[in-house]
Amino acid sequence: MTRMALAAIGLIALAAPARAASEADFKAAYAAAEAAEKEAGSLRNQWITTEAALSAAKKAAAKGDFDAAIASAKEAEALAKASIFQATSEKDRWKDAEIH
Amino acid sequence: MASTIRVRAIANGDVTEVQALIQHPMDSGFVKDAQGQVIPAHFIQQLTFEHNGKRVFAADWGPAVAKDPYVKFGFKGASKGDELKVSWIDNKGASDSITAKIQ
Amino acid sequence: MRSVLAPILALISAALAAGVIAQAAPAADTPDPAADAKAFRDYFVTKFPKVKLDDFVNGPYSMNEDMRKQWLEKEEFPPYDFALDAGKEMFAKPFKNGKTYADCFENGGIGIRQNFPYFDVKQGEVVTLELALNRCRTENGEAPLSYVKDDMASLTAYMAFTSRGKPFDIKIPDDPRALAAYENGKRYFYTRRGQLNFSCASCHVQSPGQRLRAEILAPALGILNAMPIYRSEWAGMGSISRRFITCNSQTRAVPEEAQSEDYRDLEYFLSYVSNGLPISGPGARP
Repeated sequence: MTRMALAAIGLIALAAPARAASEADFKAAYAAAEAAEKEAGSLRNQWITTEAALSAAKKAAAKGDFDAAIASAKEAEALAKASIFQATSEKDRWKDAEIH
Repeated sequence: MASTIRVRAIANGDVTEVQALIQHPMDSGFVKDAQGQVIPAHFIQQLTFEHNGKRVFAADWGPAVAKDPYVKFGFKGASKGDELKVSWIDNKGASDSITAKIQ
Repeated sequence: MRSVLAPILALISAALAAGVIAQAAPAADTPDPAADAKAFRDYFVTKFPKVKLDDFVNGPYSMNEDMRKQWLEKEEFPPYDFALDAGKEMFAKPFKNGKTYADCFENGGIGIRQNFPYFDVKQGEVVTLELALNRCRTENGEAPLSYVKDDMASLTAYMAFTSRGKPFDIKIPDDPRALAAYENGKRYFYTRRGQLNFSCASCHVQSPGQRLRAEILAPALGILNAMPIYRSEWAGMGSISRRFITCNSQTRAVPEEAQSEDYRDLEYFLSYVSNGLPISGPGARP
């Protein structure tokens, strides 16, 4: 019985429906995106699309649509990280393009 | 105040070649400014070139003509030293004109 | 006399010999701007053998016959005429304190555009013409002009006009900071940026003469010689600052502030490698 009960609880836990994203989740996602964009800024290599995703995230959050806000924030973080990668790799790669 | 019209007319055989550059914003009325407000339409509606009192070129313009329009055309029947009058009226009722000698 | 000199000469030649030995191993990556400029020029001259060297300053018109025809026609009555006249007036008008722009520049500011940018050894930075003009204003109690609006473009249009035909004469003084600024400009030019991952070189070294959407791309050699330009796309005049900023946005990179260190260094590099090519500004572009 105990094993069955435990199993049932386990199944219920696994089958629990995904709860709607909360403001706290959004704040965490946005903070991560902002931090990445700030690092890109220190490398003088931010992208316009990152900024657009960040402001889209803010706008959605203001309307209470945290699912959309988190999606935009995650996109912003990905774009920011890509721009950091670009800056870091270009630090040496630019020389390959130089006319000699 | 300096004229908004610059014109050069050169007699070349029996054809006079005319070029004109006109200073005018030619706002179409479809563009918004940085604050999101529509910039009101402000464009030349009529442009006329006259030689000896006779109209040799006339244009009815609208929003499709861009800022500071440039016009070039040729016409017959004029000689060096003749006068060419250029005038325009815009949708706000403003106007300007200039008379130049054909070179 | 000889007896006094002999030991000194011996010392000197010994020192030189030691120096020669020490210098036998070549320094790695010593910047050589003169070699860069020659290589830069050779690249474009080889890529476009039919284009006369001086013609590169005409950008897309040196790359495409049809565009050149249209441009030559318009040059009889160029669209920058109004900005040029406005610039001439602005240049002559005294500041509130009675001084004029002429007081800030050598030769009264006439026929000197080809010397900009220069490296200011006192301040340790690159000074462009636009920066110098605003410094002239603020030093004489006037508010600085926006680097991206009409007034600055009109002023530089007039100054460029007084230098038409004069070859770019950019100097890199024997100062490690000047070399560093030049190298930074070069680095900026070749570095990919923006979500579209383009560098200045992607368009202006790899693809001049080719189309980018509806535009024909200009070669990087001589690309600043025609500045400032009346762009039909802008329906107005634009400064070098404006062009750098909009180029950045077009690759989806967040632009820097007008006249930032990177931008001034970039202008320094691009102008230096175009030394010898004539100033053709103000220009007209699509």
